[in-house]
Amino acid sequence: MKTEETQEITCKVNGERITRLVPVRQHLVDFLRMDLQLTGSHIGCEHGVCGACSVRVDGKVVRGCLMLAVQADGQNIVTIEGLTDSGEVADLQAEFVERNALQCGYCTPGQLMTAAELLAEGEISTREEIRTFMSGNYCRCTGYHAIVDAIETTMKRREEASRAPRPAKGKA
Amino acid sequence: MKAPKFSYVRAESVEHACKLLAEHGDEARILAGGQSLIPTLNMRLSRPALLIDINRLEHLAGAIFNGKEVRVGTLTRHADVMLSHMVAKYLPLVAEAIPHVAHVAVRNRGTFGGSVALADPAAEMPACLLALGGRLVLQSVRGTREVAAEDYFHGLYQTARAPDEMLIEALIPPQTSDERSSFKELSRRHGDFAVAGVAARARVKSGTISNVRLVYFGSEVKPTLAKTAMAAAEGKIWNDATAEAVSTALASDLDPMDNLLGKPATKLHWQRVLTQRALDDITSKAKAA
Repeated sequence: MKTEETQEITCKVNGERITRLVPVRQHLVDFLRMDLQLTGSHIGCEHGVCGACSVRVDGKVVRGCLMLAVQADGQNIVTIEGLTDSGEVADLQAEFVERNALQCGYCTPGQLMTAAELLAEGEISTREEIRTFMSGNYCRCTGYHAIVDAIETTMKRREEASRAPRPAKGKA
Repeated sequence: MKAPKFSYVRAESVEHACKLLAEHGDEARILAGGQSLIPTLNMRLSRPALLIDINRLEHLAGAIFNGKEVRVGTLTRHADVMLSHMVAKYLPLVAEAIPHVAHVAVRNRGTFGGSVALADPAAEMPACLLALGGRLVLQSVRGTREVAAEDYFHGLYQTARAPDEMLIEALIPPQTSDERSSFKELSRRHGDFAVAGVAARARVKSGTISNVRLVYFGSEVKPTLAKTAMAAAEGKIWNDATAEAVSTALASDLDPMDNLLGKPATKLHWQRVLTQRALDDITSKAKAA
């Protein structure tokens, strides 16, 4: 029987620098969930189809089950916990709650991680473009309509906010 | 499921990776984006003894035009192919195909070279390479060689790459300004594996099409050049009669797989529909230009 090979990794997770010894065959989401107790990233299919495990690695959303923890060495990882704490998607999360864009909630962290990347582009997308962008994240409850509504509304609100005249700064 | 046990080495150079491949041969796998390799490990469909991670070999990433051809490094992420000005300018067929490659999270990590090395029958980039007459550069401790796309894809996940060779880059001649291309794909959901698809290009002059090249994927075991259908279209005005002739000819070029995604006759029908759409698209692009 082959022995379990391990390697030490150092990476940043939600802004915190951490060093751990990991089995080389462990994927990133198992590492986040089991070793760091960051259980917000979910495991659905474990072969890259469902999107429940989506996390941000060096600024880009990736499948957490299709990357090895050992590959996270030197990388900057943001999970749904970090994304929530930063307030980056507070408006999107409020829109999800507003219209029940989730039922069981299992896919929701992944939906938010992917939607955050689309919203970060700062452009207005059509509903069709939103659907295409989100096509890698399965939801078995909502039928997607409310999810697309929440993303579309957030996108439009951000656009309006960016166009609104800014209140004058300073003492005047 | 969880991956079986394996050893893991981070390659420090191409030479280092080639040396490890020479030592371990088929027992080793190159780990690039891992978007196909890791699922097969997680499902235990594959049990390599060693993974050679090339993700730190950053010089293998990027697409550049060297005045003669576009060189796409093996480690170029699909997302970067999508954003590449070089690809948009010189390889419009690839630019049209790339949004069909999986979903954003997979494109952010998956690589051009990984897709070509694996040769999944549903993959878009192998079909584009064959349609564009690209060449592939393979390196091993024995040296470096180039293989034309036409000689590279042998069958279902079978390629000309020897177990000790690593794919370094693709060399793709730029598309000319007098030709138009079109990429059509049929899948159950956007980004899913294609059940049928065509990468097409042709020159169009006053409605007459020439230098036609039609490559089919998804339905076949490997990207397939449809020589009979191409001959049926060559030098003809694109109209109903030509479409009928191409459609008939296609039956002798294709041998669709019989699987859960559909019967061979169904897939041949899909490919015929996509051919019509692709050549309609090519001729209307030419009119618009």
